[in-house]
Amino acid sequence: MNAIEKIIAAHAGLKTVKPGQIVDVNLDYVMANDATTTLSIDVFQKELKGERVFDREKVVLVMDHYTPCCSVDAAETHKKMRQFGRDQELSYIYDGVGVCHQLMLEHHAKPGDFIIGADSHTCTYGAIGALSTGMGSTDVAVAWMEGKVWIKVPFAIKIRVSGKWPKGVYSKDLALKVIGDLTAKGATYKALVFEGEAIRDMTVSERVTLCNMGIEAGAKFAYMQPDEKVKTFMKDMGREYDPVIEDDDDASYEWILTYDVENLEPQIAYPNSVDQVKSLSDFEGLEIDEVFLGACTNGRFEDLEIAAAILKGKKISDKVRMLVTPVSNAVYMKAMERGLIGTFIESGAMVSPPGCSACFGGTIGLIGPGERLLTTANRNFKGRVGSPDGEIYLASPATAAASALYGKITDPRKVI
Amino acid sequence: MIKAKTIKFGDNVDTDQIIPAQYLSLSTIQQIAPHTFEFHGNFANDFKPGDIICGNDNFGCGSSREQAPAVLQERGVSAVIARSFARIFYRNAINIGLLLVECEKADEIRHGDVLEIDPQKGVIRNITTDCNLEITPLPPFMQEILNCGGIVKYIDNRRGQYDGLECKSISEI
Ligand code: SF4
Repeated sequence: MNAIEKIIAAHAGLKTVKPGQIVDVNLDYVMANDATTTLSIDVFQKELKGERVFDREKVVLVMDHYTPCCSVDAAETHKKMRQFGRDQELSYIYDGVGVCHQLMLEHHAKPGDFIIGADSHTCTYGAIGALSTGMGSTDVAVAWMEGKVWIKVPFAIKIRVSGKWPKGVYSKDLALKVIGDLTAKGATYKALVFEGEAIRDMTVSERVTLCNMGIEAGAKFAYMQPDEKVKTFMKDMGREYDPVIEDDDDASYEWILTYDVENLEPQIAYPNSVDQVKSLSDFEGLEIDEVFLGACTNGRFEDLEIAAAILKGKKISDKVRMLVTPVSNAVYMKAMERGLIGTFIESGAMVSPPGCSACFGGTIGLIGPGERLLTTANRNFKGRVGSPDGEIYLASPATAAASALYGKITDPRKVI
Repeated sequence: MIKAKTIKFGDNVDTDQIIPAQYLSLSTIQQIAPHTFEFHGNFANDFKPGDIICGNDNFGCGSSREQAPAVLQERGVSAVIARSFARIFYRNAINIGLLLVECEKADEIRHGDVLEIDPQKGVIRNITTDCNLEITPLPPFMQEILNCGGIVKYIDNRRGQYDGLECKSISEI
């Protein structure tokens, strides 16, 4: 078995599992956020006639998509969620302190865990060796009740990445490149497993970016073997780290793709699909109206640090507005202590409280018709952030910062 | 057996197109449903309850929002046909009892075509063009959930069989 099958087998109470098999897995956590939770609450209370969730320590609720609320409807949604959380005496109700996936990484997920979340980017925690995947509100409501969920054991695709990282090229560029190659449906129902020298050389934060975007190729799981860096991360977060689950010698993969980052250039995904990807050079000079630095993809301290280094002592173009949203309060605090927030403000950017912010058209930073947004988030679907007649381009934090300086898409290698 | 006209879409119909993010905070599906596909002329102008929706590859990609299949169901979509579906959408639709039909030749179906779907026989009859298209059958486990009208009823039904006993977990049924 490969490591993914082993984790599934362990949670299904089986010795072995094989791809295609449908099994029930016991869940370590069930996460839900404010974009979809009220539907789960309705299903749980009205349809399933649920009284108590299976474990109040394992059901995590996060308000992040609509925080701080900008409509009465959103405020009502939050009110319903808080009430449910209190009635169920849940131990973890996060309210306006960060994006759900970051909070799961900071406070909950562990290597070897099996976690589901009512959010498609739940596949993120594979970066630290947890198996995690997104599901809908009814699945989540059933999971709240049963503490388990059915799953089809996926075939796995291995992505082997070699080479040394060139200056100005980051994990976001690799993520976009891989999705462009696989296409938006290339990994549907499958698991993506990343390995190789270039993966080992990544920080945990960069690995998170890559796994976060696995769903953009349709993947059920994105996974990386945890290592010393993950061990240190877990220690820093004050949590335990169990011995690693390795592939068996006979581990099988459906296919293996190889990449070498040495010749990789900064990449851009252009409207309106994440798999429409080209090298940045094809868009160099394209004028933009708004830059967003944030989201569970690229709103961590390391991302802000890269952007701040580019913006330090400079002013962003008066043709753009830039919004910076740290992904969590912990990131915000650290960025503040290290002077990054001051750098952003001095450069002319806006800094908002943590949350999904302009990744999602639920709160702030919406664009108008005909406007172009360059964002470090993970989706460029039509109308995702404001007007359906606007355009969304995806890029790395370095590209975002360099482009903010000039008001047009700019190769970060020119300014670092 | 379902007989209705088709509202046609292309590849990669994402959940933001089906139902844009800003409406997810409304509290009921009934309130959200009027905004279904609001930027798509094909749907906004031509849809009548009972119609079939047809996409090509990767229908329902993007977010996990169950509101996407739920608004289709609420608006009275009788079935969604596509060459392939995104994983979470697929699961969500089956869970709420919305009929999904995988058909290798979905790209041959055009906007306005009148179709007859016979899931049991595994065939779509395109009445407009007078040809038959084969359906990829659902895995039996999912067919059973769909037959019950969704996962909640599936669990309920099973509970009924053990009346008075403690509810069975999914794995035991
Ligand atoms: S930051 Fe964006 S991608 Fe991440 S959970 Fe929020 S809306 Fe989803």
